[in-house]
Amino acid sequence: MLHIKCPYCGMRSQNEFSYGGDASVKRPELNKEISDEEWDNFVYNRKSLRGKHLELWQHLSGCRQWIKVERDTATHEIFNTFKADEEIS
Amino acid sequence: MTQKFRLENGGLINRDKKLSFKFNGKTYFGYEGDTLASALIANGVHLVGRSFKYHRPRGFFGAGVDEPYAIVQLYRNNETEPNIKATEQELFEGLEAKSVNCWPSVNFDIGAINNFLKIFLPAGFYYKTFMWPKSFWYRVYEPFIRKAAGLGVASTKHDKERYEHKYEYCDLLIAGSGPSGLASAYAAAKNGARVILAEDKPRFGGSLLTSDVNIGNQSGEDWANSIISELKEMPNVVVKNRSQVFGYYDHNMLVMSEKVSDHLPKTKKHHPKQRLWYIRAKEVLISSGSIERPLVFGNNDTPGVMLSSAAKEYLKVYGVLVGKNPLVFTNNDSGYETAIEFKKNGINPIILDSRVNPQSEIVNEAINLGIKIKFSYVVVAAQGYKKVSSADIAKISDDKKQLDTIENIKCDCICVSGFWTPTIHLASQSGNKTKFKEEIDAFVPGTSKQNETTLGAANGIFTLEETLKDSFIAGQDLSKKITNNDNKISFPNVVEKKSSQHDKFWCVPLPKGKSYKRFLDFQNDVAVSDIEIALKEGYRSIEHVKRYTTLGMATDQGKTSNLNGLQLVSDIENKVVPAVGHTTFRPPYTPISIGAIVGREVGKHSKPTRKSPMHSWHEKNNAVFVDAGVWLRPRYYKQGSETLFEASKREAKNVRTNVGVCDVTTLGKIDIKGPDAAELLNRVYTNAWLKLPVGKARYGVMLREDGIVMDDGTTTRISENHYHMTTTTAQAANVLSHLEYYLQLVWPELNVNVVSTTEQWAGAAIAGPKSRKLLQKLFPNNDVSNEGLPFMGYMESDLFGVKARIFRISFSGELAYEVNVESDNGHFMWEKIIELGQEFQVQPYGTEALSTLRIEMGHVAGSELDGRTISYDTSLEGLISKKKDFIGKRSLNREAFTSGDRQKIVGVVPLDKKTSIPEGSHLVKDAQAPLPNKKLGHISASCWSVEHDNPFSLAILKDGKNMIGEKLFVMSPLKNKVIPVEIVSSHYVDPKGERVRS
Ligand SMILES: [Zn+2]
Repeated sequence: MLHIKCPYCGMRSQNEFSYGGDASVKRPELNKEISDEEWDNFVYNRKSLRGKHLELWQHLSGCRQWIKVERDTATHEIFNTFKADEEIS
Repeated sequence: MTQKFRLENGGLINRDKKLSFKFNGKTYFGYEGDTLASALIANGVHLVGRSFKYHRPRGFFGAGVDEPYAIVQLYRNNETEPNIKATEQELFEGLEAKSVNCWPSVNFDIGAINNFLKIFLPAGFYYKTFMWPKSFWYRVYEPFIRKAAGLGVASTKHDKERYEHKYEYCDLLIAGSGPSGLASAYAAAKNGARVILAEDKPRFGGSLLTSDVNIGNQSGEDWANSIISELKEMPNVVVKNRSQVFGYYDHNMLVMSEKVSDHLPKTKKHHPKQRLWYIRAKEVLISSGSIERPLVFGNNDTPGVMLSSAAKEYLKVYGVLVGKNPLVFTNNDSGYETAIEFKKNGINPIILDSRVNPQSEIVNEAINLGIKIKFSYVVVAAQGYKKVSSADIAKISDDKKQLDTIENIKCDCICVSGFWTPTIHLASQSGNKTKFKEEIDAFVPGTSKQNETTLGAANGIFTLEETLKDSFIAGQDLSKKITNNDNKISFPNVVEKKSSQHDKFWCVPLPKGKSYKRFLDFQNDVAVSDIEIALKEGYRSIEHVKRYTTLGMATDQGKTSNLNGLQLVSDIENKVVPAVGHTTFRPPYTPISIGAIVGREVGKHSKPTRKSPMHSWHEKNNAVFVDAGVWLRPRYYKQGSETLFEASKREAKNVRTNVGVCDVTTLGKIDIKGPDAAELLNRVYTNAWLKLPVGKARYGVMLREDGIVMDDGTTTRISENHYHMTTTTAQAANVLSHLEYYLQLVWPELNVNVVSTTEQWAGAAIAGPKSRKLLQKLFPNNDVSNEGLPFMGYMESDLFGVKARIFRISFSGELAYEVNVESDNGHFMWEKIIELGQEFQVQPYGTEALSTLRIEMGHVAGSELDGRTISYDTSLEGLISKKKDFIGKRSLNREAFTSGDRQKIVGVVPLDKKTSIPEGSHLVKDAQAPLPNKKLGHISASCWSVEHDNPFSLAILKDGKNMIGEKLFVMSPLKNKVIPVEIVSSHYVDPKGERVRS
């Protein structure tokens, strides 16, 4: 069970969180003309990375904030966690 | 019967408390403090089971967790449990156990014929033998394997025992209470660290209980006891025996299984049977010790062949002799310690030492005690079928390749020692890449992966002095990092005997003309010849060899077999052991009961139960409840001897003719506030929301980004920037997360807050032609006329002093209202409705009647919004705005979603107007068509239409739009039904929707 540092609440157990997938996916803007391919990439296509991955988690049984977690998908090592609006260098 | 193999004195057992127990139906006696194994051996019982594959007789090989053979079926307090190690099960009064894996009995076992048909079961036998012909698998092979194999029978009864889970945090978790565990725990505890010290056995001390050493002028055992009593007194220390740390998971979380009651005849009141600890530790000290390695020779699986350390433990801890005429076969000094213990108790052992001329303190002591020792000698084969009766021995050449003349000597047990294997399972599970240590021919932990440190024998350190020194320092340093305290502990004086080098020899060659089975893996019956075959057949990777031969699999996880297996592969392949590598160690280290894993989340406790504020009223009025998500909802209110069908029909009919009231508290409710609330709704729902006036409700449908319908419900504008959203009961939590996702991540610029208010409001739906009259009685000061409170209108009012919200919305297609009051007043509201509704023949109705009402109206619900349907399919496409963008809109022009013959919701009526249609049935064109019969659609919901008094169903049907009036067949192979039906409009009642507006 992972131990995730919520930027608002501190270290919490994985079972308080729910997983939200790749955090680098950006929803296309509303009312914008985009190609089918672009839309499909947003809705369906995800990379299945081995290694460092920036992903979304929601602190469901805590502060209910969506946060970003930088995690190694192979070792589960968590390098850093960020608030949703935090700049990631 | 007397305990013939029990010594007069000695051992740590309580001789004042005699216990009786049964094994295979026969009564024996032992003492408090015995294990089932020690008590059986004390009674001279060595035959306890049959081996897995060949059904060869099986005795005891170890004295604890390392035992591969002695697995029994246990009977305790009218319950039975398989897979119990006799070496771990503590004896209690009235214990009963039986052998497993033998049929009809342990003494006469049919499966043993496998042993004489060796050709039948070589390596990979499952893959080869049972593959052909295919049709034989279910009828012949599988039943045969199931009958003949297996390590016990799981009970099919409900387990009445209680199992608990406990979550714990600590600074240091120490796994194992041998010398390294005790020393590190003591040092860390003295530094103020929060320590958990876990020991899998009932007694603390590990090897100190059996070795002849002295620490600080005390015997090892006394020193262990004094440290433990001091630790137990410290408030920052938790000391647990009977507790196995069996798994090392991510982020320094370990799981420990505590056997709270397994050693008692029955679980004490208010106690659990077992407790599973989830421990998040800052640092982990692995002091799990080492397991003695077997030596490999002919018939080395015969009962009576066992680890020399186990023989010593039976002697020193239990006062039990494993034999009276022992042979000790060793390649190192450890065998001597066992022989010396025998000698001290008046038994004359013979030592066979594979080494040429070892020199050490222990060897000299054995010589001085007059023990007979044969150097450069090996056991070629054990003789005896159900118990060792003699041994073929021979002198072996210095290169260990040639055997001299074979002699036979009488003995009743063979104690083997092939040196020691560190127990590195936990370190390996943590991700530590282990390394091979040449001096001890074994793997030890390498660089730490998580915050783990391995100490003592588990780290390949076999001298007590070095172990204690390392462990005191580790305990001190690691705790200092955490607590910043620096209490120095004076290092005790240690007296131990110096050992000499062990011999790398591990496997006795086969003598000419003999084909003895030489076993590597005792639990899975893997012999040297099996590995040889696997390699001949081309298996190279150790992971493949493992699976093909079953070496190191199952509950044993290679505890005794691992290294000898690797050694063999590397010998044949002409590689070094580290080049072969070892297989992955997986948790659990020892078997864990399913009960412990499940804990208390059983039956009703597997999820929370939510009850509405009106629950007690429903109960009093004979409601029959149904699970709706985590909620309990009345399904129907039973009157007299009514069936579900009769009651729901009565309730639904009363709604259509008079007025009914339904508890709708469970609907999801979300409070939405902020200047951009309307904009959020406009993006979330498919229809337009910017112009909804204050005091009005609107029905909306929300999609997922892939265009599939996610949920539906009404949202009401309470005031300028305040909305009240309702969701279906099932999707309430998902919709809230969905809104939070878009507000926090996608459109953070929207100034909106959302919060769940599902449990803040109690809701009652009042539906039926007389509902307005009832509402007027409830709110005499309000104008609730069709003009004063029109369809989709909203008003706030006062229900006899209680704040109330009134919505004119309808689930049932009837003239209907929903009244919400704060939860605390829910019961009051409900009673008022029932009381004032008497004159209008009000009746409560449950979910079954509610379903009937909505199905015959063609209203979609969860069974149509099943994660596969789009708005068009459910005839909600009229709510799709062409003018604005919203979540999922871009997906709607996908080819499959726009095809002309897209599936659509329809009504289905049986031609005979009598036969009920099972939900989930398929619709087909031709009932006689050959299989697979093409499916055109499926029945999503069925009811008995109270309006038409005949069965009616909703279906999602291909090209449904053009199918109205068609005759099809409903097929339910499950219910073995074929029903001719007609396709009709999904709006079976009031197709123009006039009633809700009346
Ligand atoms: Zn949080």
